[in-house]
Amino acid sequence: MPAELRQQGYSEAQLRLVSEKVPCREAQAAALLALFGEPDHYSFPSIFIYGHRAMGKSHVTLTLLRELQMPHVVVSCVECVSPGLLFEQVLGSLFDSSAVTLSRSPSLSDFVRLYRQLCAEDSAKHTRYIVLDRAEVLRDMSANLLPGFLRLQELVEDNVTVILLSEIVWDKFRPSTGCFEPLQLHFPDYSKAELQQILAQDSHPSYSAELYTFYINILLGVFYSVCKDLRELRHLAALNFPKFCEPLEKGEAEESDTHKLWRNIEPHLKKAMQTVYLREVSSFQWEEQLKQDGETQSLRGLSAYAHVELPYYSKFLLIAAYLASYNPARTDRRFFVKHHGKIRKTTFLKKHEKTSNHLLGPKPFPLDRLLAIFYSVVDSRVAPTASIFSQISSLVTLQLLTQVGHDDQLDNPKYKCTVSLDFIRAIARTVGFDILRYLYDFL
Amino acid sequence: MATSSVSKGCFVFKPTSKKRKTLSAEDYFTDGSENPENSRLRFQLFQSQWQDMKEEVQMVHDDLNKKILDSLLEFIGKSVASFQSRAVGWESRMRASEIPTAALVLGVNVPDHDVTFQSLSDLLRESVSPFVASVQAKECGALQHLMKKVMQQLMGGGVALDEDDAEEQSGYQISDLPRKGFNCSLGILCDWYQNLNKKSCIKSPGKKRSSSGSDFPKKPPLVVIFKDLEAFCPQVLQDFIVICSQYIQQLPLVFVFGIATSPSTIQRMLPHSVSSLLCIELFQSLSCTQHLATVIDKLVLTSKFPFKISGKVLKVLVGIFLYHDFSVCNFIRGLQLALFEHFFGQPLSVLCCEEEEALAQVRQFSHEDVEKILQLPSIMRYVEKQEPQEQVKLLTSDDHVKVVTQNLLKDLCSYHRNFYPILRCLHLLTSSLPKFPLGKQIRELHVLCLENNVWESEEYESAMQLLRMLAKDELVAALQKCVEVLQPGMTKKLKEVVHQLKDIIAKLKMLDQLSDETISCEGEQESSSGKSLQKTDLFHLQKTLMEMRETRRNKAKTPYEVLRNHTVDYLDSLVKMHLLPPESQPLYEVFYYSSSATVRRHLNATPRTSIQTALSHPHYYLQSEALKSEGGTISKAAPDICIIYKLHLECGRLINLYDWLQAYFTVTAADGQDPDSAEGHVDEMKHARFIRAVSELEFLGFIKSTKQKTDHVARLTWGGCQT
Repeated sequence: MPAELRQQGYSEAQLRLVSEKVPCREAQAAALLALFGEPDHYSFPSIFIYGHRAMGKSHVTLTLLRELQMPHVVVSCVECVSPGLLFEQVLGSLFDSSAVTLSRSPSLSDFVRLYRQLCAEDSAKHTRYIVLDRAEVLRDMSANLLPGFLRLQELVEDNVTVILLSEIVWDKFRPSTGCFEPLQLHFPDYSKAELQQILAQDSHPSYSAELYTFYINILLGVFYSVCKDLRELRHLAALNFPKFCEPLEKGEAEESDTHKLWRNIEPHLKKAMQTVYLREVSSFQWEEQLKQDGETQSLRGLSAYAHVELPYYSKFLLIAAYLASYNPARTDRRFFVKHHGKIRKTTFLKKHEKTSNHLLGPKPFPLDRLLAIFYSVVDSRVAPTASIFSQISSLVTLQLLTQVGHDDQLDNPKYKCTVSLDFIRAIARTVGFDILRYLYDFL
Repeated sequence: MATSSVSKGCFVFKPTSKKRKTLSAEDYFTDGSENPENSRLRFQLFQSQWQDMKEEVQMVHDDLNKKILDSLLEFIGKSVASFQSRAVGWESRMRASEIPTAALVLGVNVPDHDVTFQSLSDLLRESVSPFVASVQAKECGALQHLMKKVMQQLMGGGVALDEDDAEEQSGYQISDLPRKGFNCSLGILCDWYQNLNKKSCIKSPGKKRSSSGSDFPKKPPLVVIFKDLEAFCPQVLQDFIVICSQYIQQLPLVFVFGIATSPSTIQRMLPHSVSSLLCIELFQSLSCTQHLATVIDKLVLTSKFPFKISGKVLKVLVGIFLYHDFSVCNFIRGLQLALFEHFFGQPLSVLCCEEEEALAQVRQFSHEDVEKILQLPSIMRYVEKQEPQEQVKLLTSDDHVKVVTQNLLKDLCSYHRNFYPILRCLHLLTSSLPKFPLGKQIRELHVLCLENNVWESEEYESAMQLLRMLAKDELVAALQKCVEVLQPGMTKKLKEVVHQLKDIIAKLKMLDQLSDETISCEGEQESSSGKSLQKTDLFHLQKTLMEMRETRRNKAKTPYEVLRNHTVDYLDSLVKMHLLPPESQPLYEVFYYSSSATVRRHLNATPRTSIQTALSHPHYYLQSEALKSEGGTISKAAPDICIIYKLHLECGRLINLYDWLQAYFTVTAADGQDPDSAEGHVDEMKHARFIRAVSELEFLGFIKSTKQKTDHVARLTWGGCQT
């Protein structure tokens, strides 16, 4: 079934080598090569390749370019904080880098002019390829950059092709002003069988290939439902393989004793899914733990340490902020004024307020409301000192509160409380404040 | 300097010379005092004591951080090792290369972390790698700023690596350090790093290298410290991590995240695709309350420093810490302020130094100084208590006063030497009692002892009662700990105490042999008393129970109980002898700083209250009696802004400007003049004054213009006239 790579101008041996290096991606490689054409042919001006993470986009492209020795440059757009850096890298590696002298903040036209200048001295015999990895970043740079690169061939009048790699579909790129449509090439997700085939290729030198294939089968059985990222899977395979081999090392099982091996490794893989895969514990720590074995002193993951110690008034400020965020402002009177009279929940509220405020998320509130609630929940008289106010801003830097809106920050700032109900309940418990009694949703 | 130029322009005047003498702190200190010699001395004392305290703090800090810094260094060392072994082996080829990351949880007070990070980067530079960059969120709003900061620090550090090659390096440095507006990319850093390694590889054999250079491993890691992770823009951080991970094969990068809240912040800020590039390990530092306890222990609960703070000041400082900021640095700063204020405000603080110096100082006292001593309240109380002859002598003879002062100083010093060990003992004994009647922390007990006679308080009573119920092994353990506490730096009195305590412990241990008998005889008594309980009416039952209690109290106690009572009585006597509050000691003003109001005013300012006071009671700041007014009335003579302020307090959220203006006219035209005369036309002068006062009020943030109604302004504060 695999489509054979065929292109005039390249030797059979070279092509065979390439097709060995791109397992399960022969079809895409063939399509790409067909687009490239013979070395000195003009190719399509711009090609857009998309597909999920670790689906072999850059691998296939780079293998082709490298193995078939086409002049090319690879630039990761995320690294180019300014267009100037991008231009510099492109020109620097396509031409003699010493000749590249760009002005301080070059524009696209500077780039094109310089390209043509350099090109006149050193014109292309073969097609030049510019590969822009993570091309989605280009959208955030200056508006003419992406359309410019798409028709670079036309602009510089040179045999050049721009290849854009991205995880996002082209529809999200198309600028409102319109542009040259690149040729799109999709890399579909690997199927389970394909993943298996690829992963099984790097078997451990001291064990048989069959055993490793069997191990990969188990691994995919656990992880395939959550992770199709080849890089991650390979990492996990490497982390857990020593554990898998343990019974063999100890002589407790034969290589053929598959059931035993499966029983040995499966619980560990399941645990790995909850810990090391989520980066709750580091790979180092995970390996240490596997080595120690037996003792089930489990490592506490990052999210286990949710407790935050705060100064006394900060706690109350946070509680007040939470109440202000989740209670409708009109109910404040009911909670914080002593003789408020009876207010019945159903008649009192408008329709949209009947839905749970906790489902809708925090609402912004002004500073005065925060302070008013603060003064009524805190149990002693507090002077409005400078440090009370600075505590509010330090809560903002700790990202427990966020500031909403950018106008009028001086006179009447607005905030939102971003902590969860569990968090605030834990905080309220430490100061002996029954927060549920003050929350409108829990009446 | 005048110029005779017709056209407008910009002229540069270079300062001719520094004529103005810059005033040093000492000049400010002595400025305006009647006795400059005395103030200079006090200033020197202040400086030397602050220096001592600072060193102590530094030591405490190093001690506390040692553990976490060591484990961090170990982690970084481990990751370096893994970098070097990466090239070989199936496993390392297979594994995704993650960036080793230490998540360092440091507690919510971010400014305090600076000290920790400083010592961390110093340590790293010393022992692991010269390439350490630490970045703060506020400097790194965008990715290029972050890149530039990191590269500047890393590549700058490389120059410091081999100082002996400074000449060769200097040319290299200029051409390679990121210029202004230069595009920083990790590619450049990568080239630089490889160049550097090649250089050192070529150079190292056969060339004498400075010892520091050879300490580092062959490929020192590049450590990037993110001081305040929470404040970073998540997008910037994500991009940076993604870029770094592309170079991790060539550059041994290590990250340190400084986290103020909880480690789950990382997961909140970074999506899985980014956090999967990191190999995160968690390091949790000591909680700041423990840190504070240690600092108090080393700085306050010691007789090492002559300077002391009173209970009230300590309460204020601890209050600021617990209620407001959790900042140990601020606490120490507060202590420094108290120290400074003490030496600045109290002329007799020249005596606040080591015992010998103080004694020598007293001998040189002039007549005025002696007068000052006699004016101290504690000395006045002391004099009153003396015999009439002694009183006369004290009041007439300077020399006699000097002798007495010397004796009192000696007494006070020995009081301090005994006070703290006994305080620690009492804390040891009471801190394990249920419900902590005398406080969980020693500082609470300390405050109690500083303020009153501790044995008169109810808490002390209940603590003693609980002590009288302690089981034997607990008592012995506590007493043994007390002996350990008392051992170092013993005075004569303490030696005796230790002796007594050891005696008691020995006796308690002796009891072991006797215990069997006592239990049996007690059992008999119990059974006999149980028989006497018969069915009677309630009154009789109560009566018999009362009687039984009486008899039990009077009945012979077990030897352990006797000994226990004896022990507790002894401890009680110790407390009564040594834990007298400092106010009862003559001359205590020399050592104790007690103005808690000053400290509070300086450290926990209330700007809003001051503004409100100024506006509602102008006479308070202007110090003019004429402005005083009774009740809620507004004086006509008050500044315009005060009148405006008073009037605006009577309004709701929106204020009609015209009504306000009318009210203002009425107030200013109050008496004497006929208000009707101005009715026809608006007094322009007053109008202008009104407008100016309103804009001043807006500037102070009390009102702002609103779009809801055109001729209205909105109030930004709440509360009515009663404030």
